[in-house]
Amino acid sequence: MISDSHGAPHGGRLSTLAAAWVVARRDFTAILFSRTFFFFLLGPLFPVIVGALAGSVGGSVERSSDRAEVGVLMAGADADAVLRARDALADRLGQDLPGLVVLQRLAPGERADPAAAMAGKQANIAAVLSGTPSAPVLTGPRGQIEAWRGDIAMIAAQAEQGALRPWPQVHLETTASSQVSERKSRRGTAQAAQTLLFLLTMMLAGMVLSNLVEEKGNKIIEVLAAAIPMEAVFYGKLFAMLGVSLVGIAVWAGVGTGFYLVAGSALPLPSPAVGWPLLIGLGVLYFSMAYLLLGSVFLSIGSLAATVREVQTLSMPVTMMQLLLFFFATYAMTQPGSAIEVAAALFPFSSPFTMLARAAQDASILPHVAALAWQALWVVLLVRLGSGLFRSRVMKSGAQGRGGKRRFTRRAREGA
Amino acid sequence: MTGNAHEGARFDGPWAIEARGLVKRFEGVTAVGGVDLSVPTGSVYGILGPNGAGKTTTLRMMLGIIDPDSGYRRILGAERPHDVAHAIGYLPEERGLYPSMKATEAIAFLGALRGLPLKEGRRRAHELLERHGLGYAADRQIRQLSKGMAQQVQILGTLVHRPRLVVFDEPFSGLDALNQGKLEAMMRGLAADGTTVIFSTHVIAHAERLCDEVAIIAGGKVPFAGPVDVARDRIPPQVRLETRAIDGPWRAALPADACHEGRFWHFPLPATGIEPLLRALIEGEAGILSLSIERAGLHDAFVAIAGEAAARALEEEKPEELRR
Repeated sequence: MISDSHGAPHGGRLSTLAAAWVVARRDFTAILFSRTFFFFLLGPLFPVIVGALAGSVGGSVERSSDRAEVGVLMAGADADAVLRARDALADRLGQDLPGLVVLQRLAPGERADPAAAMAGKQANIAAVLSGTPSAPVLTGPRGQIEAWRGDIAMIAAQAEQGALRPWPQVHLETTASSQVSERKSRRGTAQAAQTLLFLLTMMLAGMVLSNLVEEKGNKIIEVLAAAIPMEAVFYGKLFAMLGVSLVGIAVWAGVGTGFYLVAGSALPLPSPAVGWPLLIGLGVLYFSMAYLLLGSVFLSIGSLAATVREVQTLSMPVTMMQLLLFFFATYAMTQPGSAIEVAAALFPFSSPFTMLARAAQDASILPHVAALAWQALWVVLLVRLGSGLFRSRVMKSGAQGRGGKRRFTRRAREGA
Repeated sequence: MTGNAHEGARFDGPWAIEARGLVKRFEGVTAVGGVDLSVPTGSVYGILGPNGAGKTTTLRMMLGIIDPDSGYRRILGAERPHDVAHAIGYLPEERGLYPSMKATEAIAFLGALRGLPLKEGRRRAHELLERHGLGYAADRQIRQLSKGMAQQVQILGTLVHRPRLVVFDEPFSGLDALNQGKLEAMMRGLAADGTTVIFSTHVIAHAERLCDEVAIIAGGKVPFAGPVDVARDRIPPQVRLETRAIDGPWRAALPADACHEGRFWHFPLPATGIEPLLRALIEGEAGILSLSIERAGLHDAFVAIAGEAAARALEEEKPEELRR
């Protein structure tokens, strides 16, 4: 029997953070050393495989279908002139000019109907060029002929002119970038960072939804609630899932970097305003904050659900909510310094996305310190709210509150 | 983890738990309607009551799992139960362990929740499992254990941090007779070491064998709380009389509520005692063949006290017009 009940001393009352650590450690190791974690790590491989398959199918479809071309329905000499002009211009302007295919070389005085020629067997003919180089006629669907109008005019003019005039040599002087192009390219980096953050958050934060279902299902929640504050349970669950997510991201990033290095290609994005190391650091911090903020809401929602089915039903509106936040943050990114950007930075759920985009576009650091503190404050508030809701709705606990404590102290004093 | 557990956990007050006027309603239904309890430090205390009487709700309020709507409680001298969580062990009525955890890890985890370092928890878990004949299951996952074994693992997890107060909610349910006996012995051992043990049960025999004091809960109220002997004394001792004669003037000396089967009579011991009755039986030539006075058992006391209280509670819940 337990004969040494009050033997060796051990630690005293756990602080909320220490209690959260106990829960987090259990959850983290339980997930990390489970077989399912391996499949979790393989998760991003499936979209990559699907993307590669879709790309190869798309490529073969594109190869099998020729580019749209312009059919030429002109007198023989005119047709030849037009073809020569097109080829000559293409040498200088690139292959973006529409391809020309002679449908018929008209004999002098012969007339042909361009619309009827288009309806013929040649499926790639999207428009028909008729008339003469001095008075070309382009027949076809409105959108198509309007898009080709300028190109055809240039080809016709060149055909009429004959030999190409020599073009002046443009001397090139390169700079790092112009203000405009730098801003534009950094916006690309911002958007890429924001999209990556969103994808990771959407993919990983949803896991938190079902996180308390196990505890509720096997009644462990009763043991946890008796031993530690519910807030600690919430923090523990959140940090464990964040840890698991960060391990996953580290593995994916490592594999991705490996492939990148093997391929020997350079990062196709311009350097962000704060530099790559700081952007990556801020990315990790903002991912953590986005995860904790959304996770605390998902955990609360999931904890109120009675069954796994309810949790699954909730996942759709939750994803939609994330999409809305992403669109808001993306829109805010295109309006730097505007009230919209400030609002997106202040609204806790869009703040991490907005601020990461800002890091790519603006070199100042202090706003990030303030934003991280602001987001952390909201995490605390949301966890407190969520755990309170859980206690009152699920554990059916009324709030004794301060009044109750005062009453107890008073009665205890009276008793003494 | 902070401080020194035993400094923090040391508690020398007379009451391990004090509760006054605890009330809890769920969606308008009163589950507990004003419970008063004082659990002496170092005692084995039973909370008895029929199903749905409010035992579990009372325990959950005392442990801080739920807060009462009104009333107050003090546990090991603390107003907030979580402040002394490291000195409390709790086995809930609905058992729960993580199925994928190994037995040792499960026990160590339950200890860690109460502030016991994990390494020490693992060491003690091995020790406890060995001592209780479960050493072979130390590295087995909970899902691989039988229900009874898993329950024993959870009981050990409740004790691994060496609490000063242990609260068991219906600890005997789910255990076979052999393990019930072991658990009783374990509870006695805890009490011998100065640990306060509280348990709820609706099986009176366990309480009668183990408890120094009991509280009887019925209809969300506590009609009785105190030593087991006092509870038993609430019911007058029962007289069992066997007479040679079936009838005679001596019958007038028997209480009006005496019932008989042939030559045997049963009735509560009269308030005047047995001597006047004996005298009347002898003088009336009843022919006493045997006579015994049996003290009421806790079961009889419980049925009488809880039955009355439950009936009263039902009556109180009736609308006024029906009561009239």
